[in-house]
Amino acid sequence: MSIPYFEFLRAELAPGLLDGLWVSLIVIIPSALLGAFIGLTAGVLRVYGPMPVRKLAEAYVSLFRGTPLVVQVFFWYFALPYIKFGGWSLVLDPIPAAILAFGLCSGAYQSEYIRGGLNSIKRGQIRAALALGMTTRQAVMNVVLPQAFRRALPGCGNEIIYLIKYSSLASIITVNELTGTATTIAKNSWRNIEVFCTLGVVYLLLVTVATWLLHLLEDTLSVPGFERPQE
Amino acid sequence: MDFNVAFTAAHEALPYMLGGVVWTAGLIVGAMLLGLALGVPLAVLQVYGPRSVRRMVATYVWLFRGIPILVQLYIFYFGLLAWLSGLPGLTGIGLDSPFVAAVMVLGLTSSAYQSQIFRGAIQSLPAGQLKAGRALGMTDGQVIRTVVLPQALRLSIPAWSNEYSILLKDSALAFTIGVVEIMGRMRAIASTTHEPVSMSFVAGIIFFVLTWVGVKGLSILENKVRIAGYTRQGAV
Amino acid sequence: MSQHSENTPILEARNLIKVLGGNRVLDSVNLDIGRGRVKVLIGPSGAGKSTLLQCLNFLTPPDSGHILLEGREVNAGSKKELCSFRQQVGMIFQDFNLFDHLSALENVRVALMKVRGMSKLDATERAVAELKRVGLVDRAAHYPANLSGGQKQRVAIARALAMDPKVMLLDEPTSALDPELIGEVLTVIRALAQGGMTMIMATHQISFSASLADEFIFMEKGRIVEHGSPAELLGKGVGSRTQAFCAKISELTGEADGEFRS
Repeated sequence: MSIPYFEFLRAELAPGLLDGLWVSLIVIIPSALLGAFIGLTAGVLRVYGPMPVRKLAEAYVSLFRGTPLVVQVFFWYFALPYIKFGGWSLVLDPIPAAILAFGLCSGAYQSEYIRGGLNSIKRGQIRAALALGMTTRQAVMNVVLPQAFRRALPGCGNEIIYLIKYSSLASIITVNELTGTATTIAKNSWRNIEVFCTLGVVYLLLVTVATWLLHLLEDTLSVPGFERPQE
Repeated sequence: MDFNVAFTAAHEALPYMLGGVVWTAGLIVGAMLLGLALGVPLAVLQVYGPRSVRRMVATYVWLFRGIPILVQLYIFYFGLLAWLSGLPGLTGIGLDSPFVAAVMVLGLTSSAYQSQIFRGAIQSLPAGQLKAGRALGMTDGQVIRTVVLPQALRLSIPAWSNEYSILLKDSALAFTIGVVEIMGRMRAIASTTHEPVSMSFVAGIIFFVLTWVGVKGLSILENKVRIAGYTRQGAV
Repeated sequence: MSQHSENTPILEARNLIKVLGGNRVLDSVNLDIGRGRVKVLIGPSGAGKSTLLQCLNFLTPPDSGHILLEGREVNAGSKKELCSFRQQVGMIFQDFNLFDHLSALENVRVALMKVRGMSKLDATERAVAELKRVGLVDRAAHYPANLSGGQKQRVAIARALAMDPKVMLLDEPTSALDPELIGEVLTVIRALAQGGMTMIMATHQISFSASLADEFIFMEKGRIVEHGSPAELLGKGVGSRTQAFCAKISELTGEADGEFRS
């Protein structure tokens, strides 16, 4: 009745998913960078910023962590064009809208880990650095950040793995990444189980490779006493 | 965008969108219970089971944590359950319902995450607890039921409340397969009224309140079952 | 079934061997104890005292050897037999191991209900009686986190006693305690010994145990090196390994009991 799975995979599914994979990466990588940048900024501000800034950063984090990502994606793509700033409005293409949504949401989660990492550094560490004659800036750069970074790394890495999975939401706003491509192929071929299970395998591979890379990075940077917490 | 128009539209849409809360709540309650019912035995098996069983549990967890919820929804709703419900004897028992598919996906995924929460809690208990139970002549099953789980479950509540807020947010994806929960209703009404801004704000606020209510409720539960001096050490 | 002569030991270990990480932690250890006797294990840390005690009730299964309860070999392969054996052998741990989620009363009661199948009422009555015996009935509702170390250990003793053990194994019951709390636990242990309880105890409390013990067993590197009555091993001018070891301990703790005085 129809061609066998492997024939279908070779001729149709694999090339389609490969195209989708590139688009996925075009969404994921900038989102991760944006998220890391926002997360670091917000995290540092939440710990060391002046009170009003601290409150502002807290509000950002609870707003973006308290609402579903899909609502945020919807907002940046469908609702933003309706907001008029003195006569003109901002209309984002699907891919930039997805990157903005993912980056902002991911940044809110990332800032939690950064904050936790910064807070985990004992006061004595800074005092000891100051006692050696370091300036506050030097103490932060040489003592606090290297330690906080190691503490925050597992959480931040996990967040990137979440980002890989949640990048599938871009298909909802018509981005033809992995999930979007798979949906189209499934519609045209009527082979839902095969298409979506193959898609699942692709995500599993992506997530597994990313996890492995993350552990490699953690091991490279590991120092006794900063071991990876048990999953 | 006119604020008066937006406000009126939001006000008119509110009852309809609040109607979605029933579906959202159904998804979450179903998924949390399914996740709990599977997560506890999975955790026990992963800690105390023979090696082959531990491997199987680890594979299960890897599968459900590695595949995006959206993709799982498609696999279950458009794939597995659509196929199953076409088999003789399985028609007409609701297997083709989007709600059932969504509860299954959210619940199975949650069971994978919950099992890791419980596993962490079980492993954080000192080994002496187990030894003391055995020394009294308890069987391993009795030790797990009367000593390990009552402690591990208490330790798990903070992580559990986190799991609730994750499920709440993931449940919004159920609209993609046609469950008329909050997000689905918001999308529908936004396209008919052309007021996506106010509608997404209303939906955001509803989700925000639900997160807060659930987290509050679980912290009340945590206080209820709290034991003097019992710390959260080791909780994930 | 308790048809056994007066001389049959209550608990007997034959040829216990345990290898951990390539080391022979127990090297052909033989031990037996008669009704109402008190035997005390001493020796440097790492000598295998704790492993021996844990092997005696299979918490650490020995690699080979036999355990006999009242002359009958225990088949640890049978879960049922193992559990019933452990019910008859009480164990006290160095770090108490109270169940942290249960109050003192519940700690004593839980095995009575779950293992013995007693009703809640009967179990409570029994638990209260045991707490009374260790002088803690007023702490019945306290959780472990709110008890001092000495109180925790006394609750642990009450928990073991409630099961009517035929023999008690005590693994350094006072080692984890602050010095000022040791006394209250030793008082309870002394009362037990005077009440005729059969006990095997690992301890560093030399003078205390010398006054209770029928026999000292000195272990080193997984073997029993010397054994005999405290008077035999610690008497003036005996020159035993035990005596040398005890003298060293006394020096460290400032206890002037390197020598047995009767």
